[in-house]
Amino acid sequence: MTSTERVYPGAITSEGAQELAARGASTAAELLREQGSVLRLSEVAAAEQADRAGPEDETMIINMGPQHPSTHGVLRVMLELEGETVLRTKPIMGYLHTGMEKTGEDLTYLQGATNVTRMDYASPFFNELVFSLATEALLEVDIPPRATWIRMLMCELNRISSHFLFLATNGMDLGAISMILYGWRERDMVLQFFEKTTGLRMNHNYVRPGGVAVDLPDGWRDDVLRLLDALPSRLEEYDDLMTGQPIWRGRTQGIGLLTPEEAVALGATGPILRSTGVPWDLRRDLPYLAYDQVDFNVVVGSYGDVFDRYAIRLNEIRESIDIVRQIVDRMPGGDYRVQDRKITPPPRARIDESMEALIHHFKIFTEGFRVPEGEVYVAVESPRGELGCYLVSDGSGKPYRLHIRGPSFYNLQTLPHMMRGGLIPDAVAVISSVDPIMGEVDR
Amino acid sequence: MADVELRHGVPETRALGQVVLHPPRGAYRDVVAGLRQEGFTMCVDVTAVDYLTHPGRSGLPPGVAPERFEVVVTLLSFERRERLRLRVQVPEHDPVLDSLYDLHPSSEAPEREVFDMFGVAFEGHPDLTRILMPEDWEGHPLRKDYSVGRIPVQFKAAGAPR
Repeated sequence: MTSTERVYPGAITSEGAQELAARGASTAAELLREQGSVLRLSEVAAAEQADRAGPEDETMIINMGPQHPSTHGVLRVMLELEGETVLRTKPIMGYLHTGMEKTGEDLTYLQGATNVTRMDYASPFFNELVFSLATEALLEVDIPPRATWIRMLMCELNRISSHFLFLATNGMDLGAISMILYGWRERDMVLQFFEKTTGLRMNHNYVRPGGVAVDLPDGWRDDVLRLLDALPSRLEEYDDLMTGQPIWRGRTQGIGLLTPEEAVALGATGPILRSTGVPWDLRRDLPYLAYDQVDFNVVVGSYGDVFDRYAIRLNEIRESIDIVRQIVDRMPGGDYRVQDRKITPPPRARIDESMEALIHHFKIFTEGFRVPEGEVYVAVESPRGELGCYLVSDGSGKPYRLHIRGPSFYNLQTLPHMMRGGLIPDAVAVISSVDPIMGEVDR
Repeated sequence: MADVELRHGVPETRALGQVVLHPPRGAYRDVVAGLRQEGFTMCVDVTAVDYLTHPGRSGLPPGVAPERFEVVVTLLSFERRERLRLRVQVPEHDPVLDSLYDLHPSSEAPEREVFDMFGVAFEGHPDLTRILMPEDWEGHPLRKDYSVGRIPVQFKAAGAPR
């Protein structure tokens, strides 16, 4: 499988054959993908382009990243340029790979949530949720309604905070520097509520198999409503600052075009898929939790450009605000976790009075609980798209295999398609519009 | 066990309400092609499991012989709002499988990840290189005989262990 005999431009790094090779050294199929024409050109046509010896002298291959501010972490994109026009693109990843799937095989199901929450660090609740849903599917337990609605509340607030992060960085990438401050300010209002509820601003370990860690704090309703009242006017400000502004439109409209066929073929989900006009949202189409009981619109674009992806996320914040209002109105009472002592620990006060409670507590936190043998795939709609969890249990207290399908990992495959023929500043806009979180790409 | 239903000529089972197909290695690509005609237009996920230490896994229908590796593919149909999973047995002595790249270009990166992490090669893949680990890394980390920890750092720039 090694192809060390191939010729690579530039310095030799430990990425070797993972890098973008010179035209003559690439196969037709590789070229087809790198110039983003998988569905546009036949392999024969691409082979003809590969034979074209001409551009080799006039083109240049450069690295963008892994330490480039616009790559949102450690994404490395190799670009072949002719002048300032992008001809070929290849995303190279793995710089943040920490073996989290392997680590997950060595942690109990209760510890598992602390591991997966660190994958997509901008929307940690979704990671915890998908892992917990998969574990609960294997355990075949039903969680109480209040736990379900608390999970929905936290996830929708998390979607809001994640999209604010996108608006902040997207604005900054395109030169609207004030957006980083505004976006961060709004995001922080949401994070303050998370801190009050879970004790942490990120990586909460709040959604756990069996329910959630603690009940909502006193006065949560007022906190959330205050938040919801403050946000809409801020979104209006964003519209003034960006949506209608000619420079913003010039930088985003018609840039990074993707067709619905390409998006589906390349496995893009979330706002990228919806920007091309495919109305697909797991919350509506394959409902989980209690999303079939709330009303919301699926926001869809029509051109599949950077502007559509920006506008979709902006309007998804509005939809999420609507959903959160419905959740606040309808939050049921009752338990916030399953009262099954084999899965959830007993209340702290019970440990002092009951020997059995002490034993359950000890067992759960030392060896965890056993999960019946089986395998399951569960998916939720994260702010970036379909976040899936494939979980295999061998009947022990630790997952036999934990696989997370990170939406950014797949969404990055659309980069060569969206960048082709654009300029370098457009490449920055395109990467930003994909909103990749490298934590879940590399896991 | 009840009679196993066939779909596209391969056994179909249900695991916790989810539809699972068990195509043999040779028919795998054709089954995915048939399913694509049926409306399963998106390949959502490609991953693998190493059943080295858990050979007696659950969910396999009679007639499907368990092998060490299992490649798991999840397909999605927008029209039918359905998901479907394929579990393909891949033997240890010859870990090779057809690539889905020409049917579903979305399988490009995940197949590279499976190659990187499990050492299962995909025939017909345009660019089968490692994706998450450095190119000169030895071994395939998600295999069960690859232990966690106590691994000498293989980065070239790292100094000798103190």
